[in-house]
Amino acid sequence: MSIDLPTGSRPPHVAFYNDPKVRSIAYQVALCAVIVFLIYGAATNAIDNLDRAHITSGFGFWYETAGFDIGQTLIAYSSQASTYGRAFWVGLLNTLLVAGLGVVLATILGFTVGVARLSKNWLVAKVAAGYVETIRNLPLLLQLLFWYNAVLKALPPVRDSVHFWGGTVLNNRGLFLPKPIFNSGFGAVEIAIVFGIVVSTVFYFWARKRQEKTGEQAPVLWTTLALVIGLPLAVLALEGFPLAFQFPEAGRFNIAGGVEVLPEFAALLFGLSIYTAAFIAEVVRAGILAVSQGQTEAAYSLGLKAGPTLRLIVVPQAMRVIVPPLTSQYLNLIKNSSLAVAIGYPDLVQVFTGTVLNQTGQAVEVVAITMLVYLTISLTTSLLMNIYNSRIALVER
Amino acid sequence: MKRTVAMFALAAALGMAASPASAQTLNSVKTRGMLNCGANGTLAGFGLPDAQGKWTGLDVDVCRAVAAAVLNDANKVKFVPLSAKDRFTALQSGEVDVLVRNTTWTSSRDSSLGLNFTGVDYYDGQGFMVRKSLKVNSALELGDASVCVQQGTTTELNLADYFHGHNMKLKTVTFATANEAVKAYDTGRCDAYTTDASGLYAERMRLANPDDHIVLPEIISKEPLGPAVRHGDDQWFDIVKWTLFAMINAEELNITSKNIDEMVKSTNPDVKRFVGTEGNYGEQLGLTKDWAVRIIKQVGNYGESFDRNVGAGSPLKIDRGLNKLWNKGGIQYAPPIR
Repeated sequence: MSIDLPTGSRPPHVAFYNDPKVRSIAYQVALCAVIVFLIYGAATNAIDNLDRAHITSGFGFWYETAGFDIGQTLIAYSSQASTYGRAFWVGLLNTLLVAGLGVVLATILGFTVGVARLSKNWLVAKVAAGYVETIRNLPLLLQLLFWYNAVLKALPPVRDSVHFWGGTVLNNRGLFLPKPIFNSGFGAVEIAIVFGIVVSTVFYFWARKRQEKTGEQAPVLWTTLALVIGLPLAVLALEGFPLAFQFPEAGRFNIAGGVEVLPEFAALLFGLSIYTAAFIAEVVRAGILAVSQGQTEAAYSLGLKAGPTLRLIVVPQAMRVIVPPLTSQYLNLIKNSSLAVAIGYPDLVQVFTGTVLNQTGQAVEVVAITMLVYLTISLTTSLLMNIYNSRIALVER
Repeated sequence: MKRTVAMFALAAALGMAASPASAQTLNSVKTRGMLNCGANGTLAGFGLPDAQGKWTGLDVDVCRAVAAAVLNDANKVKFVPLSAKDRFTALQSGEVDVLVRNTTWTSSRDSSLGLNFTGVDYYDGQGFMVRKSLKVNSALELGDASVCVQQGTTTELNLADYFHGHNMKLKTVTFATANEAVKAYDTGRCDAYTTDASGLYAERMRLANPDDHIVLPEIISKEPLGPAVRHGDDQWFDIVKWTLFAMINAEELNITSKNIDEMVKSTNPDVKRFVGTEGNYGEQLGLTKDWAVRIIKQVGNYGESFDRNVGAGSPLKIDRGLNKLWNKGGIQYAPPIR
């Protein structure tokens, strides 16, 4: 009494166009083809239109003389000798400078405010909360204009410059710091600094290992300070101080000499850091609150004080929650730096998509290059933060 | 606004359907019943809307004259305020039909930007404005000074050339709009503000204390300011070009908005050709015979427009100087209508 079943478990025959695998590949190929066709169509159409309107295209402008001046240049640049390409690098470096410093300042301020908002001290917590709620809810552009105008209006004109101790001068043209000039013999000091950093790093790791093994603590902070600051100072004294300062002096119109910090730069840096710090503070607060209260209680019951508890128990766990949203805040800050255009700071957008685009008239090329640059900066930042994130992520054993 | 224009330009350049470069401008303006005119928007005497939103200015009048010739109504103009930086993109992408925004005619703009300049409505030159308290009497004493300047202008280039040519050091502070540059100069961020001389007189009136500032005597460049249109539409190019020529010719023939009705009956052959009672010069342009009559009736001749907007009849009180007619000691000269 047996029923004949078809031998084997082969599925019934299906037409190839009904095969889900084939179908999904076909759909994807079709989609890709449509996208490629659209891009190709747009590109050829653009080239065609530019050609017909006799608008110059291509990247030849990169090597042409720029002919305009830029207010802040970190690399050598002159309007008569430098090319549009050089102007691009000047703008890019200005962007990176303000973005880099902005990220550092915003992180420090953001962590401080975030922790302060959780403080048991009523006043500190309320001040931090007030800061976050005010700054977070006002448009950044408005804040930048406020900083720029507040900075400009509050500072004295050149003739009534404020002179600080040490030769620093402040007026509405900027902050002028003494510029160090390194004479021969300063090389030894540089070597001493590098030596100090290397030795103190090695010492730090040695001390940590020893503490893990034996529980004995070494005076890491004092050793580091002595090696990184004391040693170079000693070498400096031995060499007979081969270091001079060029002090800013009042010229006919401006302060001449020294290191110049433009008010536009200061306003942009303050504006970006203070704005982004408010968001970072909330990210930090969320991260700390995400660490269970039991962790703190356990630390206290082991006899740890409040400071080490925060530093050794809570923050390392909170970082896992903090880092991913922190990355987006960094990216926001970098992209927001392009608002420089509103207050006359010569960043990439101001110099390149502003003046260069206008002088050459090559909107498509210039805008495309600028987009690529921001994409590259953002993706690099994102990559670095992801690497850091994977290092601190919870390792399950 | 700037972003929007740039994005529009990119979208248009990336070029979906809106391809503006064919000989269609006259038809599209007529169909639309409205002329789109790129103008300054913040420069008294050249392009500035008043409290009621009515635009006035020497540049604005050129657009009104084109609208009068093409649409028989000098008020059928939509003025688009543009910054120096965005003006060419707006014209290239077809957002405006004519650009009349105190724009300097240069070879590179004429050749590589896809534009055609149609003439010169104001012969200008670049100058400097400083505070009287600085006790500077010449631009040659400005070595090491901070100078506020607007971005995307020939001014920005001339400034660098002039200081370099005279071996003077320079600190430029560049702003996207003239408003921001002037404001920064007024708050003391810069020692000098530079732009075209006509602009200096106009901007000085907006400062907190206009009498504390002087315009230095040096004119460091040639700045022929004029209307521009897109490459590739010769008919439209001709219309805009001859509209300005008609205004200048009218002044030369003593035809004004007040006497135009009598002039229509004139027997002077030059005037007859101008008002269209002889020949068909308007039709050759793609307009009607009385095209020039409409311009003069609704807008006035070049002299009237100059006087009303920047000259003796305006708060600016700029001397006509180079902008006098060729037979009165200036260089304003228009080819004849015939």
